[in-house]
Amino acid sequence: MDITAWVFYGFAAIAIGSALLLVSMRNVARSLFLFFIVLFSVAGLYVFALADFVAITQILVYVGGVLVLMLFAFMLSNKELLNDLQMGTSHFFALPVWQSVILAASFLSILIYASLHLGTHEPAWILSSRESGAILTPTDQTVQHLGVQIMTRYLLPFEIISVLLMMALIGAAHLTRKEANP
Amino acid sequence: MIPLTHFLIVGACLFAIGLYTVMARRNAILVLVGIELMINAAILNLVAFSRYDKTAYGGQAFALFAIVLAAAAVAVALAIILNAYKFYKSVNPEDIRNLKD
Repeated sequence: MDITAWVFYGFAAIAIGSALLLVSMRNVARSLFLFFIVLFSVAGLYVFALADFVAITQILVYVGGVLVLMLFAFMLSNKELLNDLQMGTSHFFALPVWQSVILAASFLSILIYASLHLGTHEPAWILSSRESGAILTPTDQTVQHLGVQIMTRYLLPFEIISVLLMMALIGAAHLTRKEANP
Repeated sequence: MIPLTHFLIVGACLFAIGLYTVMARRNAILVLVGIELMINAAILNLVAFSRYDKTAYGGQAFALFAIVLAAAAVAVALAIILNAYKFYKSVNPEDIRNLKD
């Protein structure tokens, strides 16, 4: 097994391990910082799927934007933040809720069964692209091709997404504004 | 080269953990984190399949769109959570029962 595989499994283990720790933490601030680690290691996994640009976007948008926003909202909405951080040790882990554990585990088993099934019965389009050699290789210029594709083939979704982003920003600003006197 | 199945299994684990977070935690911000985990698992699958699509780059392009959608959703959801907190003084989804007054 070469070093690429080791690094991939390292990133996968960090992602899954810190996600598991995230759900078991009682303290929300610690959970949010573990979420930070999960996002970083998932960005690492994107690099192994040869999607460098998506990995960079993940770090910029999620870590730079979403996570800061979440920490901001958490600190605005938790009056027991300091008490929570100080007591900390007595209730370190939240108890699992068994109904949720059963549902999540059954979902996990279905998904893993489906992925293993897909591993043995590959879809026709994957087989045909494998035969014609249309698989991404680590030396490909993915960023340039991705930019060209977004500006040509995916122009309509791109425009729709930009209008939607503007709507969401206006909506968020509208929701958080100071009430005028009625 | 890492096989496709391994990406899918990592994605499945992240999705199940996100689902558990959404159902089990009593804090609206952590519920949002769970939703983000599930979105990330889905994006991981998109990106992993995109390796076999050299001509159209469909998976990577829609992974970018999904990241933008998730960011927009977080902005609106946090605005709603802060408003609900101003009214109910709580971020527990079980305490928030009424839509209007």
